[in-house]
Amino acid sequence: MADLKVNIAGISSPNPFWLASAPPTNTGDQVMRAFDAGWGGAVWKTLGEPIVNTWSRYSAVDLNGQKMMGLNNIELITDRPLDVNFREITEVKKRYPHHAVIVSLMVEANQKAWQDIVKRTEDTGADGIELNFGCPHGMSERGMGSAVGQVPEYTCQITEWVKQAASLPVLVKLTPNITDVRYAARAAKRGGADGVSLINTINSITSVDIDTFAPRPTVSGYSSHGGYCGPAVKPIALNMVSEIARDPETANLPISGIGGISTWRDAVEFILLGATTVQVCTAVMHYGFRIVEDMIDGLNQYLDQKGFADIYALRGKSVPRIKDWKYLDLNYVVRANINQQKCIGCGLCYTACNDGAHQAIGAKPANNGRTEVWVIEEACVGCNLCSLVCPVEQCITMQTIPVDAEPCSWDQYTSQKGILAPRPQDNQH
Amino acid sequence: MSEHVGSSYKLGELKPAMSRNEALAEAHRCLFCYDAPCTRACPTHIDVPRFIKKIASDNLQGSAQTILEANILGASCARVCPTEVLCEGACVLHDLHDKPIKIGRLQRYATDPFVYKDIPLFQAGEPTGKKIAIVGAGPAGLACAHELTRFGHSVIVFEAQDRPGGLNTYGIADYKLDTETSLKEVEWVQSIGFTIQTNTRIGQDIHMAELLRDYDAVFVGVGLGQIPPLGMPGEDLQGYQDALVFIEDLKFKPLDQISLKGQRIAVIGGGNTAIDAVSQSASLGAEKVYMIYRRSREDMGAYDHEIDLALRKGAVEILYMAQPVQILGKDGRVVGIECVRHRLGPPDPRGKHHIEVIEDSAFILPVDRVFRATGQAKHRDFFAGIEGLQVDASGRVVVSKGGQTSVPKLWASGDCVNGGKEVVNAVAEGKSAAQHIHQALEAQAHG
Repeated sequence: MADLKVNIAGISSPNPFWLASAPPTNTGDQVMRAFDAGWGGAVWKTLGEPIVNTWSRYSAVDLNGQKMMGLNNIELITDRPLDVNFREITEVKKRYPHHAVIVSLMVEANQKAWQDIVKRTEDTGADGIELNFGCPHGMSERGMGSAVGQVPEYTCQITEWVKQAASLPVLVKLTPNITDVRYAARAAKRGGADGVSLINTINSITSVDIDTFAPRPTVSGYSSHGGYCGPAVKPIALNMVSEIARDPETANLPISGIGGISTWRDAVEFILLGATTVQVCTAVMHYGFRIVEDMIDGLNQYLDQKGFADIYALRGKSVPRIKDWKYLDLNYVVRANINQQKCIGCGLCYTACNDGAHQAIGAKPANNGRTEVWVIEEACVGCNLCSLVCPVEQCITMQTIPVDAEPCSWDQYTSQKGILAPRPQDNQH
Repeated sequence: MSEHVGSSYKLGELKPAMSRNEALAEAHRCLFCYDAPCTRACPTHIDVPRFIKKIASDNLQGSAQTILEANILGASCARVCPTEVLCEGACVLHDLHDKPIKIGRLQRYATDPFVYKDIPLFQAGEPTGKKIAIVGAGPAGLACAHELTRFGHSVIVFEAQDRPGGLNTYGIADYKLDTETSLKEVEWVQSIGFTIQTNTRIGQDIHMAELLRDYDAVFVGVGLGQIPPLGMPGEDLQGYQDALVFIEDLKFKPLDQISLKGQRIAVIGGGNTAIDAVSQSASLGAEKVYMIYRRSREDMGAYDHEIDLALRKGAVEILYMAQPVQILGKDGRVVGIECVRHRLGPPDPRGKHHIEVIEDSAFILPVDRVFRATGQAKHRDFFAGIEGLQVDASGRVVVSKGGQTSVPKLWASGDCVNGGKEVVNAVAEGKSAAQHIHQALEAQAHG
């Protein structure tokens, strides 16, 4: 069995599965039950000066009957007294010395305030600190959270203050509500961060009640933009993690990946793109701590099947497989192939290609009451759309077509270092 | 939403209403096929993917309009259609080894809130001044009347029975559609603005010649008649009955008067009326139900899903290749039925095997009731009284496309033309006849 133990920026953890700083880590009781269920670490719900929350706080996006594809919240940081939190952290750490307890912090942009809370955190015996520069709602109006993460200079400055006072490893949690996450990561590194965690939630309004006109979550007929998370945000998070992993300036900066992780497969994708640990919130808010059981089991099985001894053997394996578009091979030809034995005659590929792509699928009524479809090979640009809409597994596959030409990228083509193979006729006009 | 509908169902409902969550989950399973097989399989060609996507977006009114525009009896068809062999039978999901979309129940989900909440979705057209008489307030007549009223014609429907709805009201097994649900639907269909005059038998209370004289067009949708006796000894015994009368009794009499608890039943026939009688007998507590059919299962008209439903009730036994020869009685009541066994004879030149009686194969089943479901008679006398009306050898009215008969101004559709099909076929044909009648009247007006 593979070794799931990890060490990220000096924080060791029995496995890479952490609870993100969020409602599931609000209390010592929750964190201990999570550890009992199998979670390797927990980032405590953000501590700071006392706040007061609204009552109505969450709203969700359902997709085709699937609940909570995306979750939105307008909850602020912990509303429990600081000393209660510190007492519970101390207690948890005593009882679970081998689990990773990371304390998320957020206070006003003031050196003394930050250094005071860092010192109190260190007294708990916690394993690390996470600076919440990502929360995009409420706290940002007070100059905290994403208001810091959106300005690289602030990110660098506060990280420096914390590092001056801290002996524990410091992770900086980044906001995705920016144009280029690499600047934020570079700033964190300049400030001395030992690692970054991302993404925090994305500014969002999940929905509007079209009868009352009030957006959700509704607070007495009004709402405020919230932070969006859950499965819907995973592609955005994967991209941002990969950007930091690919950036030469931050290439070796440890990353704790966050964003829509619900299964071990999601975790593997984040690790392949450079993450060492992953943090989970929405899936736990949906299904509870028990989901970690299959995450651990599935990851173990995967590592064994692939012959990887540990997480490090897997980490970053997909990073070199991301290139700038201009280096992709324009002479790599694929074409749709319909397996007529598997086709159920729904005609979805025809509609999608005809209306939404390149008019490369033909259709006619079949004798059995269904629709017969076929690929018009000379028109097919190999875009994949038909294979994406086809409801039958392995019915439409994209087949690689041998081309009598050397690979040629846009970069090579425009610098006269390569020759383009012929394109589908329909694209010539 | 339809909690008041179906309150009189005595034996429960075969396909109950869906909750919103159930309907949304089901609607989202629909693939939204191109040139959808379900739509092609529907005799009224309801655009099934369209109405289902409207359910998915919570556009229930749009969904109901899509259905009812194509099939004004969409609410009862949602309950009585053999969807297993029509729309749902054509669903491509079968090929994915998945359950087909529950189209019938989704259709009910979309239409119930309008049809049974008295919310009108259609309006009568600008009056044309044309008067049309319709004979028979069954599915064909109602569909025809509604469509003609939308065109602006003035329509009166004559119904021989004391309630409108035809087979929907009197002849559908109660666990699919009860009378109250049928009558409410008729009320909703009629609310567009046409008249139904019940207890009026054409040929008796009013002569067909008068209708043809007084109206611009006449439509006949009289369906089929009773199930005639088979001509064997013992058919006068008490406890021997037309299966449709038994089904009707179940609808109108209290449960304690129709209970079959502890009784043994024989149902003669292999069609869907026979299987309905079998299922209902079993549901009413019969100790044993025999279904006696003269040929093999492959020749049986009853749908497989109905046969399976009946067999699942237990106490049901189907005797294939068997034919009753007499009903046995004691003190004027049925006590048994004598049958003989059949075998297949050599094929005729067309390959069809005729059946032969096996010698000395007679056997007796002790039973308390016998229901015959061996096919409804045609209204031969009624049609014979219409001068110039062409009827085929089996008693069906001969029509050209659109239901035009050999008699000028006279159209006909539904079971009396097709020989006995589904409610949905009658609706499709009645509506099509209305369109042809309208075209004929338009041509006349502009001619």
